[in-house]
Amino acid sequence: MTETSSSALPKMTARDVNVFYGEKQAIKNVSIDVDNDHVTAFIGPSGCGKSTFLRTLNRMNDTVASARVEGEITLDGENIYNPSMDVVQLRARVGMVFQKPNPFPKSIYDNIVYGPRIHGLAGSKADLDIIVESSLRRAGLWEEVKDRLKDSGTALSGGQQQRLCIGRAIAVEPEVILMDEPCSALDPIATAKIEELIHELRGRYAIVIVTHNMQQAARVSQRTAFFHLGTLVEYGVTSEIFTNPREDRTKDYITGRYG
Amino acid sequence: MSGFAIVIMVIGLGIIAWLSARAKAARLMYSGGNASPPREGAPRPRSALHSLPSYHGWYVGLWVAVPALIFLSIWANIMPGLVTEKVLQDPAAMALPADPFTRSAILGEARSIAQGSAATAFDARANDLVEPYRAAQHFYSIGGAIIALLLAFTGGAYAFTRIRADFRARTRVERVVMMGLLIASLIAIVTTVGIVASLLWESIRFFTHVNPIDFLFGTKWSPQSAALGYGNENAFGAVPLFWGTIFIGAIIAMIVAIPLGLMSAIYLTQYAKPAARAWLKPILEVLAGVPTVVYGYFAALTIAPAMRDFAVWIGIPGASSESALAAGLVMGVMIIPFVSSMADDSITSVPQSMRDGSLAMGATTSETIRQVLIPAALPGVVGGVLLAVSRAIGETMIVVMAAGLAANLTLNPFASVTTVTTQIVQLLTGDQEFDSAKTLAAFALGLVLFVVTLLLNIVALQVVKRYREAYE
Ligand SMILES: Nc1ncnc2c1ncn2[C@@H]1O[C@H](COP(=O)(O)OP(=O)(O)OP(=O)(O)O)[C@@H](O)[C@H]1O
Ligand SMILES: [Mg+2]
Repeated sequence: MTETSSSALPKMTARDVNVFYGEKQAIKNVSIDVDNDHVTAFIGPSGCGKSTFLRTLNRMNDTVASARVEGEITLDGENIYNPSMDVVQLRARVGMVFQKPNPFPKSIYDNIVYGPRIHGLAGSKADLDIIVESSLRRAGLWEEVKDRLKDSGTALSGGQQQRLCIGRAIAVEPEVILMDEPCSALDPIATAKIEELIHELRGRYAIVIVTHNMQQAARVSQRTAFFHLGTLVEYGVTSEIFTNPREDRTKDYITGRYG
Repeated sequence: MSGFAIVIMVIGLGIIAWLSARAKAARLMYSGGNASPPREGAPRPRSALHSLPSYHGWYVGLWVAVPALIFLSIWANIMPGLVTEKVLQDPAAMALPADPFTRSAILGEARSIAQGSAATAFDARANDLVEPYRAAQHFYSIGGAIIALLLAFTGGAYAFTRIRADFRARTRVERVVMMGLLIASLIAIVTTVGIVASLLWESIRFFTHVNPIDFLFGTKWSPQSAALGYGNENAFGAVPLFWGTIFIGAIIAMIVAIPLGLMSAIYLTQYAKPAARAWLKPILEVLAGVPTVVYGYFAALTIAPAMRDFAVWIGIPGASSESALAAGLVMGVMIIPFVSSMADDSITSVPQSMRDGSLAMGATTSETIRQVLIPAALPGVVGGVLLAVSRAIGETMIVVMAAGLAANLTLNPFASVTTVTTQIVQLLTGDQEFDSAKTLAAFALGLVLFVVTLLLNIVALQVVKRYREAYE
């Protein structure tokens, strides 16, 4: 689908999205566009709904029994909450990386081929081998693990596990990658590796990253959205948000006077 | 004075001691300088006491009650002997016959009358002993009561004088509590050791009659012929029993229980709505508490005839109304809740993040279950299955009622086989003398069963533990 990557059209759009957990509203009237060739960062104090909103973008909230989503979210112009939308297809196109590395208790190789097998992306063992190598290369992990692809994915270090999870998400050639605080369980060196990786992946995939780390948002993203109490307070070019925020609440948060 | 009254009295004294010791300690609480309780607003003085007043209470209370109660329980055991001793020294006892059997019968009668549990004696000689009996009993119970009360008072006085601000009552009390817990846990272990020792002892006696190799590897089991005097050779080969046990408990029952248990666990953990789960899970667990004899009826009266008719209908030779299949199927059903709840535990302990990871890759729920949850939960499930097997092979009632007695070495599930537990019941019921090889064989079988289930349990717990560690 690379032919649709004319930057004029947003990759994903959200219009008047409300999310409820039972009676409680976690997201209020959020509208946002996610660009194809930018990294978008979601920032905001804890509990403001960043994860909740991120999970509406690949319908992971469907797995939470009490969650209810209202409003319209599109991927390439198609409403992903339409009954005709196949969740399996959607999640193949919109991949996700979680806060805590969660490799499957399988070999490194099997972790990577998990998605391609499910979606029938490879016909032969040779195809799978190619997918494994290219995904691990793109995830910056190939050199470290190429001699031990049969080892368990859970035996890697935390940073390696997280890159394995990114590789696992990349392996199905998604169009969007959602990352929910992907570095919060990692040390600074592993974090730097992941940030470098995000730089390299940019342009190839639309990337949305939730982070608590202002410097990280400033370093890796070109667009930043500031959430507060379930609402989207401000959304714009990262450098402007950080140097010249329009809203006082944004300014307070960024300068550390809040949260 | 009855023993019960003394026990109540000692406990009452203990409670009084508890209250007064606590009060005394409480008075010491703020005695470090200002004796009055803290005033509003003033900095709260640190308590001068090392331990809270209630610990002092416990300390003294325990000193009052525990030695006295221990003494009373020992006394209750030795008192009958002392009483008899004293009665025998009575001049009236000189008339007793020397024959120990009549002697103790007469003494027993005298005791019953003295205690009021019998009205008259068959043997007139007992009547003369009633009064001495009563006197002796009175003497020793009063004596015991006095010693117990003395112990309570001395213990209490000793402990009471030790109450001081810096006295570490908490440490002492906690040590006593720990001892109590230790003893409680030792009782189960000591009992088990005792059981094993007696099993071992009887088994060794059995093996003086029968060669262990013949027993463990022989294929002919006919203890009746040994009992009828045809000798012990070739009568105690237990292999058909072992095979029957494995065939029913580890093969047929598991073919039923593993898939059904696993599937019900998957349904309950992954698909069932919370409301449905809240109903179904307790129901399944209640099933585990149904007495096995009920399953036994079901197997013997309903399933077994149906199986035989079915076998006859499709023309399988050797079909019996006491088939391995009937017992195995019902045992499998009995084990389902067990497997299901173990599998349920291990599936729910697979982290949610694993499930999310798979769903976020676009896997469906069933793909997630098959490819991520089950492999991740497998060690726990395997451990659960091993525990289930060990339960199944030790299960007695169903096989006694539904499996046969014929020690066949057969692969035909419609034929009759017998199991270790069935044979133990067979060997021990009936009027055999208790040290014939036939009866002793039951202990050897029990020992084998014990060792096998023990090993299964150890392996299973090890597997489960290893698996738990992997996710913590
Ligand atoms: N499964 C759930 N059930 C009910 N309420 C939930 C659930 N998940 C989140 N919430 C609530 O929704 C609100 C937003 O939560 P969310 O996890 O999206 O916040 P967040 O911005 O990601 O916070 P953090 O930075 O701490 O991760 C919170 O008030 C939270 O308590
Ligand atoms: Mg979050």
